Parts: sequence; structure tokens; C-alpha cells
Amino acid sequence: MIELVNVNKSFADKQVLFDINAKFEPGIPNLIIGASGSGKSVLLKCMVGLFKPESGSINYDGRDFVHLPYKQVREVRREIGMLFQANALFDSLTVEENVDFPLKMFGKLTPDECKDRINFCLSRVGLENANKKYPAEISGGMKKRVGIARAIALETRYLFCDEPNSGLDPINSRRIDKLLHDITNEFKITTVINSHDIKTVYDIGESITFIYRGKVWWQGHRNDLDNTRAHNPELDAFIRASQF
Amino acid sequence: MNKLFFELGRYILFVRSMFLKPERFKIFFERTVHEMNNIGVGSIGIVTIISVFVGAVTTLQTAYQLVSPLIPMKVIGTIVLDSSLLEFAPTITCLVLAGKVGAHIASEVGNMRVTEQIDALEVMGINSSGFLGLPKIIAGVIMIPCLIIVANFLMISGGILAASLTDLMPPNEFIQGARETFKMFTVVVSMTKALVFAFIITSMSTYEGYFTEGGALEVGEAGTRAVTRSCVIILFADFIIAKLML
Ligand SMILES: Nc1ncnc2c1ncn2[C@@H]1O[C@H](COP(=O)(O)OP(=O)(O)OP(=O)(O)O)[C@@H](O)[C@H]1O
Ligand SMILES: [Mg+2]
Repeated sequence: MIELVNVNKSFADKQVLFDINAKFEPGIPNLIIGASGSGKSVLLKCMVGLFKPESGSINYDGRDFVHLPYKQVREVRREIGMLFQANALFDSLTVEENVDFPLKMFGKLTPDECKDRINFCLSRVGLENANKKYPAEISGGMKKRVGIARAIALETRYLFCDEPNSGLDPINSRRIDKLLHDITNEFKITTVINSHDIKTVYDIGESITFIYRGKVWWQGHRNDLDNTRAHNPELDAFIRASQF
Repeated sequence: MNKLFFELGRYILFVRSMFLKPERFKIFFERTVHEMNNIGVGSIGIVTIISVFVGAVTTLQTAYQLVSPLIPMKVIGTIVLDSSLLEFAPTITCLVLAGKVGAHIASEVGNMRVTEQIDALEVMGINSSGFLGLPKIIAGVIMIPCLIIVANFLMISGGILAASLTDLMPPNEFIQGARETFKMFTVVVSMTKALVFAFIITSMSTYEGYFTEGGALEVGEAGTRAVTRSCVIILFADFIIAKLML
């Protein structure tokens, strides 16, 4: 479980996040939704430690990530997998070397076990025949799946995805959604997903955090969305803008 | 002025951060060998061409300047040897390598920055500056001095070749001139320059790439900046080393 307590973040004199309080449970996809510029990516980057919040704490199962010494931060980071908006695959490495990368850096597996693990991860995301290809040679949807495979290679406990559907067609979007949902469930990962895609929200949003102008505006289950809309004009506007 | 101090401070912190938290030795070693191949082996061609021509041209021009019949021809050998060792081999070669190696490093690292690959390394808990930068710096500090040694030999050879092809003097006279006044210390200066310049090229260009912000356009700019800044700093360092050691 990840718990945020009063997280504030600003750039120069512009405050982006205001007193964020939120809880993200393992085993279900936790969605963060909100308009462009509301601060979703900044929040995600604070959570994985790419930005340091000015105040507040971010607890990974009780470990306060913001205030831990660097050595322990690295320990927590080895349990974190992240899928970046632009994939961030290493383009000098093949698909299988990309998945192997975290294993080689931190894993304690023998070369044979590594191979098995790579093949397991790649087949889990439905990519069996692309091992030797380079990222430049595969499609956007395949890149996302390689990104997911790399993110779960080290038996990840926390998975972060920044707009996993951006740039994908509807069919591939649903596939990625389902994959993230299933993996989260299967391995009991704490998964946090930034999304614009209202369809994702209705499909897999078992826990939804709506961010409005840098504040947590609403948290709840997808089944409560429609009731809440009636008396939450900002949420209503966000959903209506997505033509629902 | 503020910006200068900001950049200087950030550069120093960056270089320092590379030496914290090394990764697995085996991976580090592999990456260093890979970079040695990139930087060293990949630059032999250009270094060869430059050195032979610089040596040849220096010989011809020195001959042109020494028209007095009182001065023996073999002095040309002395002059070419000293100027190659002290200045031309390390400085000219490194200026060219700043263009070739520096631009390559800066655009490679810059591209990794703008496509979030560096963020990906950080999220995995890898010290990205050390992981990317240190193998390049070590490879450069090993390979560039080797290239300079090669350049030294080739410059002298170019000089000998030019002298004998243009009937200026036979090779043994050139060599005799070169040997008569040879001091080991010039080699020490030459190697000191090579080491310092190698560090400047690799660390500056990694730094420029690492702090790229934006997209493809800025990656190109980082490459250009890496080259121009390395060149200026190399010339500056060249002056300081000459002042301190000679
Ligand atoms: N590195 C940064 N420096 C300064 N300001 C930043 C930085 N990153 C983000 N911001 C600002 O923070 C605000 C929130 O940006 P963020 O990227 O989190 O939006 P978002 O909700 O992810 O939007 P989108 O859905 O378009 O990705 C924006 O106003 C942006 O200008
Ligand atoms: Mg974003």
C-alpha cells in the first residue's frame, strides 16, 4: 500500500500540488485522473522520487520514501517498476535485453533463470516473437508491452504507469488496460495509473483519484462515479468533456 | 556571470555524483570496454589522417621559414618533433576528437534524457550519472592518450615522409635532428595534456547531454554546445599546462 500525506510540490514560485492525501491499495488498479496540466505526472514523479516534494510524506508500506536515507531509497526503488509516457525503452538494447536489464543490474538469478524470467515476462504481456528486435523496429503498442514486461521483471511490488494508453488505438488501449488489471491482480501489485482515458476509468477504475488543479477533488470507486457527478461539477465537466 | 557559476557548480556536483554508488563491476567493465571501442578504435581513422598531414605540413612550412644556409636542415627534425609532441599531437587531435567523440556522447546522453531513459534508470535505483558517465570518462582517459601516442608517431612519420618526398633531406638526417635534442620531459607534457583533454572532452559532453531539456532540437544544441565548450576549455587548459610545466 502507498499512502500520501499532505504532499506539496511547487516549481519556482508556482505551486502544482496542494496537500495531496491519498491511499493506493495493492491488487487493484488505482487510477489518477484529471485534466491536462492538473498535476498528474508531477504527482507520479514525486511518488517515484524523480521530484522531491517540499513537504509531506510518501509511505511505501510504512517506509517514508521522502525522508529515507539514499541507500534505503534505492532499496525501495528496486521494488518499483514504471511505465513511462514515452516508454523510455533503452534503444541501444533489444527487446529481451531491455527486459533483462533490471535483472542483470539487481537480480540474483543465473543466466538460465534470467532467460526463463525474460521469456515469462514477455509471454505474460503477449510478446513471444520479438526478442531480438530493437525498440525502433516494433509498434507503439508493442513498445508499451515491452515497457510493462521490463517494469515487472524484478517481481515488482509497485507499478506506476503514466498514460499507458496515449497514442494507442482503442483496441490496443483496451488490451493494455486489461493487461495492467490482470497483472495487478495476479501478482498483488500496488498499481498507480495516470489516465486521460475515460473508458479506462469505467473499465478498470476500482479506485479513482480525481485531481483538479493540483488538489485531490474526489476519491472513490467507478460505480460511484455517476452518483458523484450530479453534485460535483468539476468531475462532471471532466467526464462530459470526454463525451460520455 | 551568475549562469557561469551555476553551470560550474552543477558540473562539479555532476562529476562528483558519478563516483558515488558504483554499479556491479562486471556491467561497469563491459560498458567501459564498449566505450573504449567507440572512442578509441572508432577514432583511429581520423587521427591517422590528421596526424600525417599535420606532420607533413609542419615540415614543409618549417623548411620554408628556415631559408638561411647557415642552419642545418636537420634542425627541422628537432622543431617538428618538439612542436608535435608539445602542441600539435595533443591539442589538434583533441580538438578534432572533441568534435567527433564529444558530439556523439552529448547527443547519445541527451537523447536518453529527453526520451526519459535517464529517468527510467533513476527509478530503477541506478545512479544514472555514474552508470552513463563514468565508463565514458574512463574509456576516454585510457584511449585518448593512446591515440595521442599514435598521433605523435604519425606526425613524425608524416614529417619524414614529406621531407624525403620533396627532397628536403633523407630520413636519417631528419631522425638525427629529432634525436639530438629529444627530452623525455616533452613526452610527459604531451601525455599530461592528453589526459587532461580526455577528461574535459568526455565529462563536458556527458554533462551537456545529461542536462538537456526539451526535445530533438535541444539534443542537437547540446551536441554543439558540448563541442564548442570542450574546445574552449581545452585551449584554456592547454595554456595553463604550458605555463605550469614548461
Ligand atoms: N519540470 C517542471 N518545471 C516546472 N513546471 C513544471 C514541470 N513539470 C510540470 N510542471 C508544471 O506542472 C503543472 C502540471 O503538469 P503535469 O505534467 O503534472 O500535468 P498532467 O496532469 O500530467 O497533464 P497531462 O495530462 O497533459 O500529462 C503544469 O502546469 C506544468 O507547467
Ligand atoms: Mg502527464
